Amino acid sequence: MTRIPLAALIGLVLTSAYFLAAVFAGFIAPYGMAEIAGDSWEPWSSTHLLGTDSIGRDLLSRMIYGGRTTIFVATAATILSFSIGCSLGFLAAVKGGWVDQGLSRWVDLMMSIPSLISALVVLSVLPVTLPVLILVMGLLDATRVFRLSRAVAVDITVMDYVEAARLRGERQGWIIFREILPNALSPLVAEMGLRFIFMVLFISTLSFLGLGVQPPLADWGGIVKENKEGIVYGIPAALVPAVAISTLAISVNLVADWILNRTSSLKGGRG
Amino acid sequence: MVHPILKLVAQRIALGLVLLWAASVLIFIGTQILPGDVAQSILGQSATPVSLANLRAELGLNDPPLTRYMIWASGVLHGDLGHALTNGQDIADAMGKRLGNTLFLAFWAAVISIPLAVSLGLLAVRYRGRWPDKLISTVTLATVSVPEFLLGYILVYVLSVKFRLLPSLATINDGMSFGDKLYAISLPVLVLVLVVLGHMMRMTRAAILNVMQSPYIETAELKGLRPIAVIARHAFPNAIAPVVNVVMLNLAYLVVGVVVVEVVFVYPGMGQYLVDHVAKRDVPVVQACGLVFAAIYIGLNIVADVVSILANPRLRHPK
Repeated sequence: MTRIPLAALIGLVLTSAYFLAAVFAGFIAPYGMAEIAGDSWEPWSSTHLLGTDSIGRDLLSRMIYGGRTTIFVATAATILSFSIGCSLGFLAAVKGGWVDQGLSRWVDLMMSIPSLISALVVLSVLPVTLPVLILVMGLLDATRVFRLSRAVAVDITVMDYVEAARLRGERQGWIIFREILPNALSPLVAEMGLRFIFMVLFISTLSFLGLGVQPPLADWGGIVKENKEGIVYGIPAALVPAVAISTLAISVNLVADWILNRTSSLKGGRG
Repeated sequence: MVHPILKLVAQRIALGLVLLWAASVLIFIGTQILPGDVAQSILGQSATPVSLANLRAELGLNDPPLTRYMIWASGVLHGDLGHALTNGQDIADAMGKRLGNTLFLAFWAAVISIPLAVSLGLLAVRYRGRWPDKLISTVTLATVSVPEFLLGYILVYVLSVKFRLLPSLATINDGMSFGDKLYAISLPVLVLVLVVLGHMMRMTRAAILNVMQSPYIETAELKGLRPIAVIARHAFPNAIAPVVNVVMLNLAYLVVGVVVVEVVFVYPGMGQYLVDHVAKRDVPVVQACGLVFAAIYIGLNIVADVVSILANPRLRHPK
């Protein structure tokens, strides 16, 4: 194990802290998610570390439970978009021909509408529930993953070892999972970090617009929406999620950068 | 013989039109044919069968999808975007002024951010690896990591609540003078500038750095030109195509950013209109807004392609 650079270490620690807080939200949070624990917009104090929100719920607890929703939705959507995007991207690269053409043109078309606009259009008719949100975000983002994984895989399919595998008669599945996937892993993992952050921003934006996670469930974008009126009176409750989102974004970025650097210095090896 | 550049440009525009048509089909499919019934989702679960049937008939949902699409598309081509379900207003009328407002906002954000981003990019390349480069990179990384709406509220908190410099709401109306309007939209413009500046500056920097590795740059350096002259006269002209691409991509990004920023500052534009009517499940309005946003987005991408074709001397002066 090589030494981890300081920046990556900070990123790693912060990222795991957020994920742990999300997993153990029920144990860490001092109050319940929807429990009214004080007056509205109390200032920071020892009983309410981050104060209370617009209707008197403990903001720290809201943030922890909100982090759980945000991180869960973002993670699920990322996994979905990578499963779909990567398999189709690799398939397009391996098959070539009309499969590749068909999939690529379809993705071009999907990407010709900005994803926020597509999401809004689709959410105007679908019920806004967590599974639907995850599905919509995952499918829209799979187009970006498709482009990257196809581009990476196209470079790999022309390698001699893939040719060798083809000649010894391996099936499509073997070529995709045993030959291409391990060699495409490092750029894909780095991209996964970026897509995860994009998902966090995406779900927060949707929730802020009132079209994402629905109350009483907490999430970071929703907390901004619930507390935005306070800003005009100088109450910073709505800005707390900003700190959470940006530190999470920066720390995941640091980790992704490190993974990319570490594996690319091994000349595309398996790391 | 037709000039090859004309042919290329015509091809790009034709492709864009095809894409726009396909996008309209996609928007239509997204709202009309997806599982789930538009009438049901408008009226909610508690709707009576009679009211459902009435609404279906009113929306023309009993026609086959192809017929519905043809009716909708021919309406759009004649400038008729239909009527809003919620208040029966003509959508084209309601949208006209809002579209103007949105373009006004986006225009000023672009006017400020493009020159700023390009010059900051040049500066970062000039002082590559030294503190100005690092400073610019760190600040832009920070602005890129915060979503637009939070950036908006942070600026409201600091600039209009704590220091009382700028208005926190961007309400504009016809009676206001030009200067008043500019003052009213100063904060949303600032947010949009910060959001696109980061992306634009980083991509500009990368595009110029890419050119800086060419041998002729080394020649220019060796003959003793000042570094800023090397960048401005030798590197930049050759990086114009990628830089224009970057600028257009970010203008397209601006179109999306506008949606969120308008909601934050309660600005009477297209974004607010779209979000309001998504919440009300007003499908015709959502379709129309989606189509307009898609058209702007695709249009900007065509412009980017055409400019990068024009910026390439090999295509401009064929052998």
